[in-house]
Amino acid sequence: MNTITKATTLKDHFLNLFRENAGVISANSAPFLNRFREDAIARVEQAGFPVKGSEDYRYADIESVFRNDLHHIFGPRNIDLNVREIFHCDVPDLETSLLLLVNGRYYGNGKQLNKFPDGIIAGSLARASVEYPEIVRKHYNSYAGKSKDGLVSLNTAFAQDGIFIYVPEGVKADKPLQIVNIMISDNDLMAQHRNLFIAEKGAEVKIVICDHSLSAHRFLTNSVNEVYTGEDALINLTRIQNEHNGASQITHSYSHQEARSNLTASTISLHGGFIRNNVFVTLNGEHAENHSLGLYLSDKGQYIDNFVFIDHASPNCFSNQLYKGVLDDFASGSFNGRILVRRDAQKTNAFQSNNNILLTDDAKMYSRPQLEIYADDVKCSHGSTMGQLDDNALFYLRSRGIEYKEARLLLMFAFAHEVIQNIKVEALRDRIDDLVNKRLRGELSRCNNCAMQCG
Amino acid sequence: MLVIKDLKVSIDGLEILKGIDLEVKAGEVHAIMGPNGSGKSTLASILAGRDIFNVDSGSVTFNGEDLLEKSPEERAKDGLFLGFQYPIEIPGVSMVNFLKTAINEMRKHRGQQPLSASEFLKKMREKKDLVEIDSSLTSRSVNEGFSGGEKKKNEIFQMAMLEPKLAILDETDSGLDIDALKVVAKGVNNLKSPDNATIVITHYQRLLDYIIPDYVHVLYKGRIVRSGGKELALMLEEKGYDWVRNEEVKL
Ligand SMILES: Nc1ncnc2c1ncn2[C@@H]1O[C@H](COP(=O)(O)OP(=O)(O)OP(=O)(O)O)[C@@H](O)[C@H]1O
Ligand SMILES: [Mg+2]
Repeated sequence: MNTITKATTLKDHFLNLFRENAGVISANSAPFLNRFREDAIARVEQAGFPVKGSEDYRYADIESVFRNDLHHIFGPRNIDLNVREIFHCDVPDLETSLLLLVNGRYYGNGKQLNKFPDGIIAGSLARASVEYPEIVRKHYNSYAGKSKDGLVSLNTAFAQDGIFIYVPEGVKADKPLQIVNIMISDNDLMAQHRNLFIAEKGAEVKIVICDHSLSAHRFLTNSVNEVYTGEDALINLTRIQNEHNGASQITHSYSHQEARSNLTASTISLHGGFIRNNVFVTLNGEHAENHSLGLYLSDKGQYIDNFVFIDHASPNCFSNQLYKGVLDDFASGSFNGRILVRRDAQKTNAFQSNNNILLTDDAKMYSRPQLEIYADDVKCSHGSTMGQLDDNALFYLRSRGIEYKEARLLLMFAFAHEVIQNIKVEALRDRIDDLVNKRLRGELSRCNNCAMQCG
Repeated sequence: MLVIKDLKVSIDGLEILKGIDLEVKAGEVHAIMGPNGSGKSTLASILAGRDIFNVDSGSVTFNGEDLLEKSPEERAKDGLFLGFQYPIEIPGVSMVNFLKTAINEMRKHRGQQPLSASEFLKKMREKKDLVEIDSSLTSRSVNEGFSGGEKKKNEIFQMAMLEPKLAILDETDSGLDIDALKVVAKGVNNLKSPDNATIVITHYQRLLDYIIPDYVHVLYKGRIVRSGGKELALMLEEKGYDWVRNEEVKL
């Protein structure tokens, strides 16, 4: 373990960590991924770590979540457990192809890549870069690589593996691919994985990511997703964040959409002490459509921060951001939604809304829309609300014999459902309804078999 | 059943009800009439448990128990129902989920098992037929996008589903066409029994052709200034509230 002393900056700490472990990191990854490391660490050196109060990290205290003494596992996997046995998914009966990610590494029980009859390939990114170099080369770091965020470069420097999903041209996946991302360890641990999802021209796929923590340790994940939605392709991506409240998670998602593609990405944040989700979408071809949705239910001292940037780089595209949250106790959060409409992106339709319910005086939420519009023929709207539950509606429900607590739940659930109803995978939508309902009732186990009493 | 004694109610220091006395016995139908702003809805809301008003003095008992100290949901479970003058729209809460929750909470209170899905649907179909409510309405969110008349019908539908002991209907007849008015009356009359009572708040004598009141009260500036039989409603229709106003001057 590397102890961060007060005197060293985070940057120096991680630069040293990289220098000391570069050999092991590379030896336990793949040559293609290794090629990016030196350049990335140089970018970390240049950019440093995000500072609280800066333009893009106004409220998120990144320093505080990194400034813990965390272990790293760079060597061969040192856990040997039957994850399938101990892990029981809270999204039951969902017919999916399961992909396990344990502490940032693909866990395939000896089989690093699954090749389905319809041509879909799913499994370890490191392995895919060896077996399918031409595919990986085309997309890896092509979208995230442009980022000026030191945390993205940090991921590129350290990431050894992650999930690779490839859907060939015209193929429609018949069942959702479910990634179960687990943190489990016997000490405090940091992991940085890298996912790459590719839907070629006309392909269709549904992907579900479930984030869990299975032991009562302090965890930090700094992960990057790159998502390519080819022409006429359709991706439905749902992430359910349900780590315990001693876990911190920073996700960066870079989506590149070609003409007439459709990407719906929903992030449902249920549990987790510190969550920062960065979402970057480039609408690169005409008539591309993007739905970025978020639902967060936070209580106690949870911090939830969604940062969304939609880049309308082509004409005739559509984007819609809908983020809603309920904050209880002394939970706090931030929503930052940016829409950039470039000069040539005429006939853009771009919408954004962020609605919050604050249940206590101590709960805090910051909401900031940012519109940068350089084209003249566009339709844009944004709105943000902070409020309490509607007293008149509460009274109406109670006057029919519904208990105060139950009435509140009904209203909160109704509020949340507006986001959930946009999830177009019916089976999944019902499951999420159920999860959200349980979460609001306080029945959802923070994490399976978790000894940590976060609450 | 319901006994109101010298009830004084204010909001933000403004006195709205200035000493109401009213007794409603089981089996009776009472009508309350009175000009706009006289306090009719305030009285109804206070009885249902709306907590934005201050009760300055007086008492209300319902079946012998102190009503004012109970929560709105306890009152509902004790059998009190308010048909809102302005029903609230609740987007995202389905009618089915809403009614199922309400009915099962009531049943729990009475020590009964919750209704099974099929029992519930059966009951819903039955009551839907009774109040002739459009089937598609019950598959929507509570009152969301309902027309004015549909909202009123929905109040009667809920009343039929919940089978209260005392129903207070606040201008449920306002904005209804003549067919819908008959439906409302049917809903009320269907519920009528020697054990139940109804208070209808209305501006129009025409409702009272279908729901025959045992008593009519005139609420004026926060006071019941006149009480009588159903002929009082006819007199009001004929002479208007000026007549009451003049009477008040004489007092
Ligand atoms: N929330 C409130 N805040 C301030 N004043 C109120 C409030 N509710 C009612 N009032 C006042 O109390 C008085 C009585 O109102 P109420 O709604 O009870 O009248 P009403 O008899 O039902 O009238 P209508 O026939 O128009 O429905 C009115 O002057 C009204 O403005
Ligand atoms: Mg009124």
